[in-house]
Amino acid sequence: MVKADSTDRLLRVDDLTVHFHTDRGVVQALDHVEISVGRGEVVGLIGESGSGKTTTARSVLRILPQSARIAGGSIRFDDRDLLAMSEKELNASIRGRGVSLVPQDPFNSLNPVFTVGTQIRDILKWKTVRSPSGGLEMERIREMLQQVQIPSPWKQLRKYPHQFSGGQRQRLMIAMALLPRPSLVIADEPTTALDVTVEAQILSLFRSLVREMNVSVLFITHDLGVASQICRRIVVMYAGQDMEDAPSERLFERPGHPYTRELLESLPTPDGDIRDIPGEVPSLLRPPDGCRFHPRCPSATAECRLERPEKIEIEPGHWVRCLHPVE
Amino acid sequence: MNGVGLAWKKFTRDRLAFVGFLIILALVLAALFAPVLAPYPDDTFLIHPAQRLQPPSAEHLLGTDSMGRDILSRLLFGTRVTLVIAGIAVGASLLIGVPLGLLAGYFENIFSEGIMRVADIFLSIPQVILAIFLAQSFRPSIRSVILALSITYWPWFTRIVYAETRALKKRAFLEATEAVGAGSIRTILLHVLPNVSSSIIVRSSIGMGFTILTAATLGFLGVGAQPPTPEWGVTIAESRQFLPDAWWYATFPGLAIFIVVMGFNMLGDGLRDILDPRIRRGFD
Amino acid sequence: MTEPILDIQRLRKYFKGPGGLLKGKAPQVRALDGVTFDVIHGEIFGVVGESGCGKSTLGKTLLGIYRPTGGRVRFKGQDITRLSKRASIRIKSEIQYVYQDPGSSLDPMWKVRRLLAEPLFIHTNLDRKAVRERVREMLFAVGLGEEHLSLYPHEFSGGQQRRLGLARILCLNPSLVVLDEPTSGLDVSVQATILKLFLDLKERFDLTYIFISHNLSVVRMMCRRVAVMYAGRIVEMGDTAAIFDRPAHPYTRLLVSAIPVIGKKAMSEREVEGMGEPPNPEDFPPGCRFQPRCPYESEACRREMPDLRPGPDGRSVACHLNEING
Repeated sequence: MVKADSTDRLLRVDDLTVHFHTDRGVVQALDHVEISVGRGEVVGLIGESGSGKTTTARSVLRILPQSARIAGGSIRFDDRDLLAMSEKELNASIRGRGVSLVPQDPFNSLNPVFTVGTQIRDILKWKTVRSPSGGLEMERIREMLQQVQIPSPWKQLRKYPHQFSGGQRQRLMIAMALLPRPSLVIADEPTTALDVTVEAQILSLFRSLVREMNVSVLFITHDLGVASQICRRIVVMYAGQDMEDAPSERLFERPGHPYTRELLESLPTPDGDIRDIPGEVPSLLRPPDGCRFHPRCPSATAECRLERPEKIEIEPGHWVRCLHPVE
Repeated sequence: MNGVGLAWKKFTRDRLAFVGFLIILALVLAALFAPVLAPYPDDTFLIHPAQRLQPPSAEHLLGTDSMGRDILSRLLFGTRVTLVIAGIAVGASLLIGVPLGLLAGYFENIFSEGIMRVADIFLSIPQVILAIFLAQSFRPSIRSVILALSITYWPWFTRIVYAETRALKKRAFLEATEAVGAGSIRTILLHVLPNVSSSIIVRSSIGMGFTILTAATLGFLGVGAQPPTPEWGVTIAESRQFLPDAWWYATFPGLAIFIVVMGFNMLGDGLRDILDPRIRRGFD
Repeated sequence: MTEPILDIQRLRKYFKGPGGLLKGKAPQVRALDGVTFDVIHGEIFGVVGESGCGKSTLGKTLLGIYRPTGGRVRFKGQDITRLSKRASIRIKSEIQYVYQDPGSSLDPMWKVRRLLAEPLFIHTNLDRKAVRERVREMLFAVGLGEEHLSLYPHEFSGGQQRRLGLARILCLNPSLVVLDEPTSGLDVSVQATILKLFLDLKERFDLTYIFISHNLSVVRMMCRRVAVMYAGRIVEMGDTAAIFDRPAHPYTRLLVSAIPVIGKKAMSEREVEGMGEPPNPEDFPPGCRFQPRCPYESEACRREMPDLRPGPDGRSVACHLNEING
């Protein structure tokens, strides 16, 4: 398998295996996952619940819960080994700096007892390399708020989070994520909690910001429609394994992995013909051997149970982990 | 592994809570088996003036008091007094406070407001002072102590049950239960109560610690249990004039109070962690 | 039998905003402000809208969880708007409600067996054996098994919890079921399974559904008729396919254009610019409530609130401009 030149990729997650040690046993959350994001690229991470997409994001920022153990693999960001860095180094240069997070729930991510202005200014103070002071600082904030299309920024900074609507709060989160000029933004289901019209606006905002700031985005979502609108490339995950990695149009027009195809076919269609995927998402306490989709896969054979399949390139730039990719 | 198994596993891992549990276990066993464990069981009523104020020795492990009575034996019997006072007081507070809290929390009418305002009034007065005031209004005795403590403590139960009930109302299942047609009484007894029970248990444990301490205070001040009852607070009161020479006289009852109150608090804290419904969920 | 199973006339539900003795006059939240429609036996009637439009309040008011502030509801020809407690308990067994968040609608301290049996104990006089039988029947009908009876709600996945919620209300043999956001929070594949279950149960138990959702694609697939709600009122109502393909009301147009669909071109910045946000229910503008966000406007829009009038394809539209254009 030919790997792309590593200097080309801003983020390389290689062979990452993560376990959670809980009272009920060991949850094998991620199994040799491989994901990469190039500079200025918007990569979508699609998966249903239990697929491991959030765990992957948390692993990059190293904000996993206490029970988590990284059992193998590597995470390289800008050619630096994230797994070898200490907490101090991570806080100094990665978290909120090189890599920032736009979390899922804007309602709970802001501190309710401080004004929005205080929280934004804190970001500037702690997270930028040469934090501007006084007038310059306010200029930066005003500029950022304008970019995320929050009108009359001075008035808004004095307000408290609960005085903003969901859409505005998400814009604030985006502003706070972008102020330190990160190279990579991890967006964890940023529009899931929003109304459809607000979602459209936030997506449009994302698109323009990516263009203007040339920032890379790892966009996590379970909504295929959203992913199609914003991601250049999409990685599909299932039960802790990465299954397919393709440019978005190709993924939707010609899915290579049986799971992707089943997923696309179970989307609601106007004619009322409902197709679902038989079976259930497996428990990660005792996941299936080999390819974790094999118990539900219409194309599965005995070999699928033996080993996790290698990545094969079914067309340029389109990778699939499957012994029987879709024709 | 089922819910109880998981809970026990977590409990034993919480060292503080486990120690608390052991302490309380020891307390209960001491109270149950005091006549057997005490080297001089008759010292609850007999006096031996010849042996007064002996320091700790082989015959009297914790020394003797001003009437020559074995302190260890009296402490052991004191556990009975302590448990009776605290147990009944907390039990009575519970029986008053919990129903009031449930009603105030579940309904949103003028009675709820009324109940909570009354509770607020009680809570705004420092507990010990209130207890002292009440206790000395009645004829000093164990009964008056129990009465005073019950009246002092019930608002704590009401407050916590009220808060939890209101929080539960925000979650859909109470509404859903009504939607299915259940009446208020049924909903409160069968749905609200089980869900607030863990808070009640925790608060009871901490309440035990509080009442024991306050009962000892009342005994010390002379408005509670009266001599010759081997109550710990009373013993400390007696010891005052003999300090600092007869140091054992005050130290051991004091230590007993300290350990037992700590024990209940640690147990209560630990219970709070285990009974948190999130434990039951396992890994999400 | 042309009598609709449910007939709603100018239903209103207002809430008092947070206020209190010391805060002075509390603002009124007009969650439902004059909703009129009917539901035919055996259909799946969709209600769509964004947050704050009043669709959830509608469901709960129909159930009697909220008492209506005004208007009238007729169920099977009988006026159920203002019923005595006893009578409304009887009706409650015929109209049921499935919660949006299934996990939180089930008492976490109760085992499934008890949860499913409870409605039967309240409403019927069946003996324990008969109750057990019925519980089992419903459990199997929703695709769960015997082994699930002794478990607690939190031990189930989201999809399974939804099935539990369904089983619980089915025990009472309802005629009308209000489904509040039945697929929200579900994975795509699980969603498909649940929708299939809904259809299957509808056939088996002769149910009528009111399907409340913000997921337009699902509503399009499941509901033949739909009502689009905005700010407590219905702005467009009629044949689902026609409305989504050729939306008449400007809000419906906005809604349909905003849905991210695979293969559809992303909206341009200009299109997104004027979109605005759903209104604050405490503070509606006078006249047409959509007017601040509407690309069109006229004097009438600012002054007067439009009523539902007949529009193209047999649908109803509440818009002054549609009346002009016919």
